[in-house]
Amino acid sequence: MKTRFVIPIVVFAVLVVFLGIGLKLDPRKVPSPFIGKPAPEFSLPSLHNVHANLSTQDFTGSVWVLNVWASWCVACRAEHEVLQDLASEDLAPVIGLNYKDHPNDAKRWLRQLGDPYQASAVDADGKAGIDWGVYGVPETFVIDQQGIVRYKHIGPITTEDLHETIIPLVKTLKEKRA
Amino acid sequence: MKQILVIWSLLLVSVSAHAVIETRSFTDPALEERYTVLINELRCLVCQNNNLADSNAELARDLREHVYSMLISGATDTEIINYMVERYGDFVLFRPPFKPTTAALWIGPFILLVLGVVGLVVIIRKRNRTQVEALTDVERTQVRRLLDQDE
Repeated sequence: MKTRFVIPIVVFAVLVVFLGIGLKLDPRKVPSPFIGKPAPEFSLPSLHNVHANLSTQDFTGSVWVLNVWASWCVACRAEHEVLQDLASEDLAPVIGLNYKDHPNDAKRWLRQLGDPYQASAVDADGKAGIDWGVYGVPETFVIDQQGIVRYKHIGPITTEDLHETIIPLVKTLKEKRA
Repeated sequence: MKQILVIWSLLLVSVSAHAVIETRSFTDPALEERYTVLINELRCLVCQNNNLADSNAELARDLREHVYSMLISGATDTEIINYMVERYGDFVLFRPPFKPTTAALWIGPFILLVLGVVGLVVIIRKRNRTQVEALTDVERTQVRRLLDQDE
């Protein structure tokens, strides 16, 4: 007689736990297959200097941050200030990948809001974006000295993300070398 | 009645259903067939419940373009699938491969089915075991009387 009441309650409790977990998950955050793997390479013109090339190889040997952005991307505007903070920490070069944008729009955007990037690579047709598995701008990658992708953040970085995850990670990655 | 007909016919007209899906030309019908299969099997990461064929997200268009150019340049289906998985993970596949991380996904439903069948069998058995108590003599005469009343 007792089990008759216990079983539905147990089933209900299990359901609640699973639904609760489901609520906390963000289906937009697809785990990146690149974590722990060599970063995809690109060699693209620089936004500010069309004659110069920006290549992933330029950064081998240092920890660096790649931020995929575009002037049409509303969420990039939201994260822009946080990126400025990261750049002002002067921990690691912050490189922009200007994804499917018009160079003039991009330059205007940086003029208006400030430019946190040491340099921005122009990915006009989004090919580099595909190589990096980008599907929602903004996205941010942390790459270590050996050129291995250590972290990927999908969507705008918040101040908490920056201070609790990204900056500590960059610091530990830099210490590893020393 | 007339109004209902009008409303019905209005419902049948779809204004925005024309997705901007580009047309592609193939010289070889076999290639076209493979293209259709591939873009139906690959998931769009922007509108996650759409496949590449259905989605009109910009990324889906770029990826269709990629699938197309890879096909034209002679890539095999496996090469194209691997190319996508390398970049976007197993998530791009509507039928992910069987791996430790996807085991629950593949086996889970069968486990639930087995649990359900076991539960059902247990309940049915239990129900069969509870016996109907025989009627007492008093009840028997009562029943008889009730039945006889009808006639």
